[in-house]
Amino acid sequence: MISPLDRKLLRDLRRVRGQALAIAAVIAVGVLLLVMMDGLVNTLEETRRTYYERYRFADVFAPVKRAPRRLLDDIAALPGVLAVAGRVRGGALVDLPGVAVPVRAVAVSLPPFHRPRLNDIYLTEGRWVAAGHNDEIIVLQDFARSHGLTPGDSLAATLNGSRRVFTIVGLAQAPEFLYATPPGELVPDDSRFAAIWMAEEALEAAFDLDGAFNEALLAIADDAYLDAVLSRVDGILEAYGGTGAYGLVDHESNRFMVDEIKGLKASSRVVPPIFLGVAAFLLYIVITRMVQAEREQIGLLKSFGYTDWEVAAHYFRFILVIAVGGALLGCLLGVLAGQRMALVYIAYYKFPFMVFRVDPGSFLLAVLASVAAASAGGMLVLRRVFALTPAVAMSPPAPADYSRSLRLGGTLDRLLDQPTRMVVRDFLRRPGRVLLAVLGIASGMGLSVAMISVMGGFDEVVELNFSVIDRSDVTVSFTEPVSDKTVYELQRMPGVIAVEPFRMVPAVLRNGRYSYRGAVSGFVEQPRLNRALDAAQEDIAIRADGVVLSNALARILHVGPGMALTVEVREGRRPRLEIPVVGVAETLLGAPAYLELGALNRTLKEPGRVSGAFLRVDARLGDSIYRELKEMPVVAGVALREETRAAFQKMLDSGAGAVRFVMAAVAAVITFGIVYNSARIAFAERARDLASLRVMGLTRQEVAFVLLGDLGIVTLLALPVGAGLGYYLAQAISAGFSTDLYRVPATVVPESFGAAAIAVIASALVSGALVKRDADRLDLVAAIKTRE
Amino acid sequence: MSGIEDTGPAFHTEGVTKVYGAGASRVDALRGVNVDIPCGEIIVLLGASGSGKSTLLNILGGLDRPSAGRVYFFGREITAMNDAELTRYRREHVGFVFQFYNLMPSLTALENVELVTEIADDPMAPREALALVGLDQRAHHFPAQLSGGEQQRVAIARAVAKRPTVLFCDEPTGALDSATGRAVLRVLQDVNEQLGTTVMIITHAAATADMADRVIYFADGDIRKVVRNDSPLSAEQIQW
Repeated sequence: MISPLDRKLLRDLRRVRGQALAIAAVIAVGVLLLVMMDGLVNTLEETRRTYYERYRFADVFAPVKRAPRRLLDDIAALPGVLAVAGRVRGGALVDLPGVAVPVRAVAVSLPPFHRPRLNDIYLTEGRWVAAGHNDEIIVLQDFARSHGLTPGDSLAATLNGSRRVFTIVGLAQAPEFLYATPPGELVPDDSRFAAIWMAEEALEAAFDLDGAFNEALLAIADDAYLDAVLSRVDGILEAYGGTGAYGLVDHESNRFMVDEIKGLKASSRVVPPIFLGVAAFLLYIVITRMVQAEREQIGLLKSFGYTDWEVAAHYFRFILVIAVGGALLGCLLGVLAGQRMALVYIAYYKFPFMVFRVDPGSFLLAVLASVAAASAGGMLVLRRVFALTPAVAMSPPAPADYSRSLRLGGTLDRLLDQPTRMVVRDFLRRPGRVLLAVLGIASGMGLSVAMISVMGGFDEVVELNFSVIDRSDVTVSFTEPVSDKTVYELQRMPGVIAVEPFRMVPAVLRNGRYSYRGAVSGFVEQPRLNRALDAAQEDIAIRADGVVLSNALARILHVGPGMALTVEVREGRRPRLEIPVVGVAETLLGAPAYLELGALNRTLKEPGRVSGAFLRVDARLGDSIYRELKEMPVVAGVALREETRAAFQKMLDSGAGAVRFVMAAVAAVITFGIVYNSARIAFAERARDLASLRVMGLTRQEVAFVLLGDLGIVTLLALPVGAGLGYYLAQAISAGFSTDLYRVPATVVPESFGAAAIAVIASALVSGALVKRDADRLDLVAAIKTRE
Repeated sequence: MSGIEDTGPAFHTEGVTKVYGAGASRVDALRGVNVDIPCGEIIVLLGASGSGKSTLLNILGGLDRPSAGRVYFFGREITAMNDAELTRYRREHVGFVFQFYNLMPSLTALENVELVTEIADDPMAPREALALVGLDQRAHHFPAQLSGGEQQRVAIARAVAKRPTVLFCDEPTGALDSATGRAVLRVLQDVNEQLGTTVMIITHAAATADMADRVIYFADGDIRKVVRNDSPLSAEQIQW
């Protein structure tokens, strides 16, 4: 048997269902975002962990020039080491028919007779390489798919200078190629980077490594001390040309992956609470008004002998149903949206499977936050209502006192007609209510400004990188540092307009206990084709007397100008250098450290060496240039700017940045929800006055003016406030999206304000029209008879 | 609507019915009312709750439409008017006074009156309207600063300021004590005498009938009888 109060509750809910639904929807989208982001982060982390575990991804990687296999036993005997595998890994160029630009690849050896002990691969199609079949290869699935290659096809590749034709027998995915970037590049591109697996024997032969390995993989115990293991492995391999062991955290694919998850996590901490906060605030405003309207009924219940607490419980349940309903809907939609988004991510990051996981804590948090916000608003009003005796509560309230507003508007009054005076006085008398309404709409507008800015910020990153910073058409990288004579060779090619050499030196940058595995970029003093720019788009002065660090790197390493940086070079003689930091530049992409090319070479005692060049070419001669480049043995890879740009755009659209689209949609829903609710509240508060005006013979238009004038002024006031709020929200949200890899600039361009203002005004117009429709249908008789 | 000839009755109705709901919840608020309301009189409508008097008043005032039947105002059929024409009708010819005053709280007494004089064709000076109800001294007070009786008098001033042809009053004294109520009725009588306005008053207080020129008794959605009162009392003489 339902109690009469509960039946009243249900009927009340049905009566205000439009507004209740609008509030629940706003809560729902706030919660949706929280649950979705949390689910995404958890899912990605859990999937990554499971994937690594199932395919035995190594903990330590130790590249070496050439080490005999017997050393593996020595490494296995080190304390904390659980398993060791030695393999051959080498660079390759894949030659695809019809593709002018050579594709860079990594060739990895597969042990005979058994699956790799570490860094196993997941065979998605075809079969394993048969023992003794040295012409069989397994190819990275996504590369194969992007070129339409399937098992049975043949593939030509150049290994260590000699070209061979292989037969593809299988396609695979692997934890170490989750984020497949050509070496030295930042942006993953399926079509431009290949990994191929082949028999150990074949690869040993190709790289003259019979009975030897050039990369050791280690699994270590959870409690093993990584640095100790690294230095002992380095000790063992040093004599054989070890270039320095590194842990999983510095593994390129893993680092990008971790960084993306970190970025997602950061935005999941920042953005949903902002959205939820705005939703909560809105709820507070609406509940306040709803409870106020129940004044008479509260008096009635009390006159029957219901206690304050029973009445409070009744209204609390009313609030609870809306808040919890919205929150549960949000949880459900959040899980669905999270699953959807996770699928996008899983595909993008090339996980073979997905472990979808949502932390129940996020549900709890979302529901509690919504309920707390809702009840805070409701309780505050209920307390005021409790103070009334039943008799007072049931008699019509005295007319609201406007006497104090008269003085404020003395001169104004003479200029305004009556309806305008009503609108103006209403503002002057209840600045608190106006403030709430303005803040409500302003926060909606702020969200819109912020999301439009962030969207623009993403575009700006692309634009800046590929139109302003990189003005080359082609980037050529060499297999190893070569003499700068090669630059002249490039210059002589027909169709090459300009050449700008550079040198990338892989290195571990260290400051005390902080370190970063990256590179020192040697650029010419005044680069033109690929400029070093700071966030203000000014040229960064490339200096010969010390490195200029990106702010990302400066932050990671905790260094600033005037301090010295230890640079452990990871190629050639592997010197250990002390280089002063002479500047920090705000960069948008990557974590570069710049040094003037000549100075870099002098420091390395390798004069006249370059590792690549930026080219501007005559587009008409492009194909012949690429063909010629492909023939040059020193060329390791050719990257076309347009392709890189497309790949980068894809990364922003399907990587961590993809959630921005969901957020923008949510911001739009919230903005409209807020404006619509404000209009509804204004209407509810004045229905009786409006009806009286209609009875007196004012036309619908005249009455609409009184109603919508209020909404109009609130909306206009909210615009500048929302713009200010949006500015700060944009900073917070873009900071949330930024990773070590790229920074989303929080440039709030005037267009963001304009577009957001248009969105808010459009919402106001639509809401106004909806409410005006109700005002037109106003039941004059009923409205007049109600007391308030 | 201009050029009304002051001949026949102010209102003439033919078989006015009003039905709310349908099926089991059907309520017949009016069951075919035929009545003539003469011009320039004070008419009191008496009857139990739900007898249909408010419904008829709302229909005559252009606030509501009948389910069937016709209503004529000086020969013009108001039941044939569209919404815009009804608004114009209310604006030009009709004044309303309600039980709960329905003043705009954000406007002063004078401004509440001005709200109407601004849109009327030939209104009185707002001050004059307030003087008529004896409130010219409180012109700049807001509703919150006025007593219930004073608020109701402002409402009457607001209603008569446009020199309406008809003044509809639905329980004008319902929320007032007897002395205040009498003062309000006095004002209505003054309006009728000085402006010649037809005044229709709905009330539960049967004694009010003593001041009427004509009393219409309602029951079950129809008029039971219409009684002429040849010697109406002044408001002060009414035994409450």
